[in-house]
Parts: sequence; structure tokens; C-alpha cells
Amino acid sequence: MAEAKSGGDFISNLGKIYTYYTGGFFGFVVFLGILEQLGVPNKFIGYGFVFLTIAVYALIGVLSRTSEVGEYYVAGRKVPAFYNGMATGADWMSGASFVGMAGTLFLLGYDGLAFVLGWTGGYVLVAILIAPFLRKFGAFTVPDFFAERYGGNMARTLAVIVLISCSFTYVVAQIYATGLIASRFLDMDFTVAVYAGLFGILLCSMLGGMKAVTWTQVAQYIVLIVAYLLPVVILSAKKFGIPVPQLTYGQAIAEITALESSMIQKGLAAAATLKPHIKPFTTYDPLNYFALILCLMIGTASLPHILMRYFTTPSVRDARSSVAWSLFFIFLLYFTAPAYAAFSKLEVYSLINKGTALADLPQWIYTYGKIGLVKICGADAVTTQGVIDACGKIANQGGMLRLQDLSINTDVIVLSTPEIAGMPYVIAGLVAAGGLAAALSTADGLLLAIANALSHDVYYKMINPNAPTKTRLIASRVVLLFVAVIAAYVASTKPADILSMVAWAFSLAAAGIFPALTLGVWWKRANTTGALLGMVLGWGVCVYYLVGTRYYAVSFNDMWAGISGAAPAAQAKFVELKAAWAAAADGAAKTAAWVALDKQAQAVAGWFGVKNISAALFGMPFGFLGVIVGSLLTKAPSKEVQDMVDATRRPAGALIMRDKDAILPSH
Amino acid sequence: MSQGADRYWQRTSGLMWTMMALWLVFSFVIHFFVNSLNSIVIAGFPLGFYMAAQGSLVVFVVMLFFFAKRQDTIDREEGVAEED
Repeated sequence: MAEAKSGGDFISNLGKIYTYYTGGFFGFVVFLGILEQLGVPNKFIGYGFVFLTIAVYALIGVLSRTSEVGEYYVAGRKVPAFYNGMATGADWMSGASFVGMAGTLFLLGYDGLAFVLGWTGGYVLVAILIAPFLRKFGAFTVPDFFAERYGGNMARTLAVIVLISCSFTYVVAQIYATGLIASRFLDMDFTVAVYAGLFGILLCSMLGGMKAVTWTQVAQYIVLIVAYLLPVVILSAKKFGIPVPQLTYGQAIAEITALESSMIQKGLAAAATLKPHIKPFTTYDPLNYFALILCLMIGTASLPHILMRYFTTPSVRDARSSVAWSLFFIFLLYFTAPAYAAFSKLEVYSLINKGTALADLPQWIYTYGKIGLVKICGADAVTTQGVIDACGKIANQGGMLRLQDLSINTDVIVLSTPEIAGMPYVIAGLVAAGGLAAALSTADGLLLAIANALSHDVYYKMINPNAPTKTRLIASRVVLLFVAVIAAYVASTKPADILSMVAWAFSLAAAGIFPALTLGVWWKRANTTGALLGMVLGWGVCVYYLVGTRYYAVSFNDMWAGISGAAPAAQAKFVELKAAWAAAADGAAKTAAWVALDKQAQAVAGWFGVKNISAALFGMPFGFLGVIVGSLLTKAPSKEVQDMVDATRRPAGALIMRDKDAILPSH
Repeated sequence: MSQGADRYWQRTSGLMWTMMALWLVFSFVIHFFVNSLNSIVIAGFPLGFYMAAQGSLVVFVVMLFFFAKRQDTIDREEGVAEED
């Protein structure tokens, strides 16, 4: 009783607590800024940011510890809509969104906006089709819903498999991002940074589960959004006199367009390689552009670590407005990213357009060249002499920096903005802390989604349904620790393959979860056979396409060349390379021929030219078809199940599922 | 199933389809016309680019706050809302 009361006090004081927290954070930034002016080295400022922010998150995690099942799994269902929105924002925006999104827009121009649209529009589907009903259902995990709606452990098992397939690579990437940000921009050792991140993640999640993760994610959201907005607001005020970058970057875009033609006229850019910033479909063709938007949106609406956030609101009504708040908080970052991209592009294009000799390149190029993120004439820009030597090897290079000589990693844009705009190091440190907050908060959410599926669905529901509360909570923590350590270990090995699979998560979730989940609510006739068939087909087709086009591209193309959608010349080259490989002598020549063949195969393999990342474009129709055909061929679900669906649709009334150990509000 | 519950679900589905139609327009349809929209420039922003970078996003946010309010009104009118 005493604990419930103190919980209530905490909830009613949230506004005050997080206002003090935000004020304290600003004070801390100012304090470090003063230290910097007093001559404290940058390295200490950087460490100050990392350790203090992680310590605060961990403290929140420890203070939110709980021994109550309902609090551990769904934060006691008392997170107000507004705060759940912030927590979802942090849960959603990954290290890559924070650090890389603006860079992607810098490189791709209009086509990069597919990510901006895809990662926001998905919330419309969450709010309208899914979240309020899952909240009413009262499940602890997404697989819980599948089991209850589709009668049993088969559906649960499939849901757990899909969940792990889309969340595990994702969490590895988050922990990897933690290491990368800390090692690149704060000069820490990569492995040390990975394990420091792991420690922070575990302290945040292990003792208090969802409850602790919720309140740390709110704190992390505040850090990440301040860190993202501040530099670009300052920059906008400096350049255009108005501190609203989202409005002023229109002028930057107009200038970019003018500079693009000017650079081509002066011979400082090649018309063939320059992608005009506002011109659509320079990277993706329209089919791939729209397919990507669709897959990202539906993937967003199916990722379990996002959906489970809406289990925590006090009511169905709050679940709905919480999705609106989530989207608002996510929108703040995504509608700012194009401004970052435009300002940086303007800076870089102006530099090139005014004719900059290779000997006079600005310092930031070397700062990021040294860590391998900026290349000039194909070599890392480490020293002036190195750059001049590298460019000397290119015919007619001319001694001036040209657009085609410069290659910038997507991570540079956000992280270099403070330096390019001449702001003090403390702002750069702040941005790094924001990137860490983004990566850590997403990692927390994902880990909890995986660990809860294993401890609640696999252990409690399938292996030991009679486990007492205490055993359940111990099991959930052991599993969490186990999954976290495996993920951190995998991340510390810098696995290129796993990191490139992160983009697959959206398609896997969209094809495996979305059809059975939405039809489970919106179509009463959907039954167990249909759901199982839909999940197996949808997810299966997706995995087949993803793995086939990436790892077995040669045999995939042998089978599907007729509908690959690749240009005839490209297919002809594939045939040619295949013959060359068959004819090559055993040994090194054979291996080299295979590498060339496989590379070409990866470029052409596919159906109708749809890129790997949009695999759900095929998986999803199969998923829906499976649910519909499988359901119609077998008998309708029982009256009990149909009544349950009816009850799910009505906000009033008791939760559908009640956990015997949970002490939760009754509606 | 009672008639009231039936009508509740009809109104809820109606709202769902309206929102889905808007979603479809602002996620896809409007961006089909990006090239023609780009010929209109406001404050430096070509309109086609602007819609993908900001316009559609603003619509999504507004849509969701509207949806939450509208669905709550339906819940209350049909007597299926939770207690406050």
C-alpha cells in the first residue's frame, strides 16, 4: 500500500520532476561550457557527458526497481499519455536515426525523404488499427495477444520467432552505435564503450523492467531532443536571423539549387554524378521509393518494442492520445533532419563553388578524415600533403576540391555541425550525448521486448505456468542479462553482416506480424489456421527474398532471372560472368570469378527490381492472403473468441486478459 | 450482439476508413505528383519536396490528435467509453 502511494506521488509530480531534470541538464551543459573556457581538455568534457548522463539514467533505473509483475511488464499501466509519448519517441529513434538520418538526406536529397515519411506515417496505423485494441486486450507482450486470440502456443511460438528475428539484429546495432559514438567522438576505446553502454542499459532495465525503462526513456528523450535541436537552431539564427531552422532551410535549398548549376558550369562538379537535392527518383525509382515508404510504415506499426509501449497507459483513451504524442515527439526530430542536411550541404557546396585549393581545406575535413569518415580523391583526408598526393593520381584533377573528389560518411553531418558553425566543443559533446541517449533508449526497449517474450511467453506461459511471482521476476531478469550480454558480445565483434541486416527488421515485422495482428482485431472471421498460415507465408516469403537476394544471389537469379526486372544488359553480364566462373581454373582464379559473379548477381537478383530492403512488398500480400484463405477454408472461430473480439473493440469493461499476479487498475 | 454495439462499430470503422484514406493520400498519392508540385516554390521550398519533408508529417500529427478526440466522442456517444 505504501509503495502504491509513493508511486502515485511520483506520477502526480512528473511535471515538476522532469522540469527540474531538464533545468539541471541545461545547468550541467553550461557548467561544462565554463570548464571548457577555463581550459579543461575536450576529452574530459566528453567523458563528463558520457558518464554523467549514463549515471543519471542508471539512477532512475535503480530508483524505479520493482518486485511487482504488472510494474515489471507494463509499468503498472499508469504512464500518462504525454510521457508515454516521450518514452516512445526515445524508444523509436535509434542511434542511427539521430546520427545518420540527416546524413542520408544530405547524400540522397529527395529520395532520402522516404525514411522521414516511412518512420512517421507508420504511427497513423498504430493509432487507428492497433494500439487501442492491444491496450484493451491487456496483454503483457505482443505474442500474448497472438496466443489468446489465435488459441494457443503455436501462434505464440511463431510470434516469438518473428519478434526475435526483427529485434535481435536491431539491438546489436544499437549497442554497436553506442560504442561507435563514444569511440569516434569522445575518443574512448570501442570495446570499453560497448561494455559501458551495456552496463548503463542493464542498470536501467534489470531492476525495474518496463517501469524503469519508461522513466529513463523520458529522461533520454529530453537529452536527445535538446542535443538535436540546439546546434541547428543556433546555426539558423546565425545564418538567417531566425532561430527556426525548419522554416529557414527553404532559403538554403534555393541556394543549393543555384550552386549545383554553378559548380557544374565551373567544372567543379560532374553533371553525371551530381544528384540535384530536390529532384526525385535519382537513387530509387518510383516503385522502390514508394515500396520503401510502405514497408517502413507497416514495419513501424508492427515492431513489438513500439507496440508494447502502449500497454502501459492508464486507459484505451490514453493509448490513442499517447500515439499522437509519440508522433509529435518523433516529428520534432524528423522534420528537423532535412534542415541539418540542407545547411551542411550549403556549407559544403559553397566551399567547393568558391574554388578551394586542396592546400586550403578547412579543419573539419581533417578532423573527420582522421577517423575515416571523410575521403578526398578516394583516400582518408588525414593531412594536407596526403590529400594533394591522392588527388595527384587523378588525371586532370586540377588542384581544386571538386564535388566528385569528396566523399562524406552519413554520420558526419549531425556530429560536425557544431564544429563547422564554429560552436564550442561543449556543443559537440552534447550532440554525442544525444546520440548515446538515442542508442541506449532504443536498446533498452528492444532488450526488454526480447527478454519479455522469452521470460513471459516461453518460460512462464509455455514451460512453467505455475511459477510464483518471485520466480517469474527472477527468470525475467536472468533472461534479460543473458540476452544483453550476448547482444553486447556480438556488437563488440563489429559484425558487418548483422549490422547490414538491421534494415530487414521492418520488412520482417511488417510481413510476419501485421496481417494476423490487424485482422485479429478487424476481422472476426480470422481463425487459428489462417493466422498460422499467414505468419508462416508472410515471414517465410520475406526471409526467402532477403536471404536469397543477399546470400544466395546466384541461385536466386538462376531461378528468377525472367522476372528480375533488371536491364537485359545487366542480365547478359550475369550470364557472361557465370560462364567465366564455370570456365575458370580451380583455386584463386575460381574464387575471384565467383566474387565477381556474386556481386553482379546481388545487383540483378530480385523480383521486378524491388530492392531487398522492401521485401515486405511481397511478404505482406502473402501474409494477408494466408490469413484470409486459411480462415475461409476452415471453420469460423468459436463464439467465445468472437465475443472476445467484440470486447476488444469496446473501450469500456474489464481487460480481456488478467494476469493472476498483477496488481493493476481494473479498467 | 446488441444494435448499439453494432452501430458503435460502424461509426468506429467509418472513422477508421476516413483516416486510412487520408493516410493513403498523404503517404503516397500526393507524392506521385512531386514533379508538378515542385514547380510551385514557397519561401524557397519547392512544394513537392516540402510535402515529403514536412507537409505530410504535419498532417499525420494533426490527424492523430483529431482521431483521438473524435474516437473518444464516438465512445461517449455510444456509451462504451471508459470511466474518466
